[in-house]
Amino acid sequence: MIKLTNLTKYFGDHKVLDDVNLEVKDGSSLAVIGPSGCGKSTLLRLIIRLVYPNSGSILVDNLDVGKLSEDALIGLRQKIGMIFQTSALFDSMNVYGNVAFSLHVNTRWKEDKIKGIVAEKLKMVDLEGTEKLMPSELSGGMQRRVCIARALAFDPKIILYDEPTTGLDPITEVTIENLMIKLSRELKVTSILVTHVLQTVYRVATRVAMLDKGKLIEIGTPEQTKTSKNPVIQKFITGGL
Amino acid sequence: MQYEKVAENVGYKIEEILEEFGKVFSLAGQTLRDILRGRVDVKLVLTQMVKLGVDSLPLALVTATFVGMVFAVQIAYEFQLFGAGKYVGSVMALAIARELGPAITGIVVAARVAAAIAAELGTMKVTEQIDAIEALGASPVDYLVIPRFIAATLMLPLLTIFSILAAFFGGYAVAVYVVKINGSDYMATAQSFLSVWDIYGGLLKTVVFGMIIAIIACYKGLTTRGGAKGVGESTTSSVVTTLIILFIVNYFLSLLFFK
Repeated sequence: MIKLTNLTKYFGDHKVLDDVNLEVKDGSSLAVIGPSGCGKSTLLRLIIRLVYPNSGSILVDNLDVGKLSEDALIGLRQKIGMIFQTSALFDSMNVYGNVAFSLHVNTRWKEDKIKGIVAEKLKMVDLEGTEKLMPSELSGGMQRRVCIARALAFDPKIILYDEPTTGLDPITEVTIENLMIKLSRELKVTSILVTHVLQTVYRVATRVAMLDKGKLIEIGTPEQTKTSKNPVIQKFITGGL
Repeated sequence: MQYEKVAENVGYKIEEILEEFGKVFSLAGQTLRDILRGRVDVKLVLTQMVKLGVDSLPLALVTATFVGMVFAVQIAYEFQLFGAGKYVGSVMALAIARELGPAITGIVVAARVAAAIAAELGTMKVTEQIDAIEALGASPVDYLVIPRFIAATLMLPLLTIFSILAAFFGGYAVAVYVVKINGSDYMATAQSFLSVWDIYGGLLKTVVFGMIIAIIACYKGLTTRGGAKGVGESTTSSVVTTLIILFIVNYFLSLLFFK
């Protein structure tokens, strides 16, 4: 379970997150929605300790993320897969190098074993046989899928998606959504999905949290969000029309 | 009122520079600590040794050869006028081993390598690749900084040896074949005036230069903000800062080693 308590984060004088309290149960999929700059991506970065909170705490499986030692943090990060908005593939490495990265860095496993894992993860994202391709040779959708395969290398219990379908064509968008649904159902991973693509939210999420100006203003099921009376949520959903 | 504002701005700037230095020292400390903990990937170090060292060799050789030749032109004619032509070799040897060789190599590597490191790491930073390294359970210091730090520290003295030889024999060619100074005198005076410490001292300076170049360039790369503009700014800043620090440190090290 992921539990955020009184989480506040500043960048300089700007308060990005303001006293956020949130719980994500094991196996569930939470979508965090809200306008650009409302602190959605920062929330994910805090969970994996890419940035530190100014106050409040983050518990992941009862471990206080802010207080973990360096070694314990590496252990925690192996349990969490992060999908970046830009895919963030290492452009100096081919697909194999990217997917195998965390295995090479964190284990002393034989290359044959790593090869097997890479092939299995690439199969999961329908990219068999692409090991030798460089990131520059992949389309945006393929890059996003390699990013997912890379995040799956250690069989994480939690996956954090930062705008996973933004900037993709509608068909690729659906492909990525299907993949996210498959991971949730088959692998029972806990997901936190940050997006402003409502179609993705309705298809993938079991709960939806709305952030506005750093504050968590409402949380509920996708149906409850659709019918919410909160004017900020309605404006976000209808695009202000 | 105007003066107060200027003084205030200068104060802020100094505070900013000191803060920046503190962060660079902190990165250097973390790098040395992790090296001592054995977090060194030999394969990555070797790759960087080729990229930072071997690939810089042609540029270092060409620059050193021509600087040696120009230096010989400047001093050989003057020395000949005073009948001291046979001492050209000694002056060349001392100047090249103590100052020109290390300085030329430092400048060439700072320009080429500091820019390359800052641009590469800066691009990785703005495209979230550094975040991805961390998220995948690796440390950017161990994976990116340490290999570059060790490679620059080891390769700079090696490059300097080649630069010293290139400058010395470039000068020899000019002194002997253009200015018509006796070649045996050039070599003999060089040998008698040059001590082993002159060479060691020069090379020791380049070890420090290598550390400075790698740490500043990595720091600039890792702290890049924004997009392409940010990468450009950190690349330029990396080269400018490295060169300024190199010149200052070179002065103090020369004072320490050769006074």
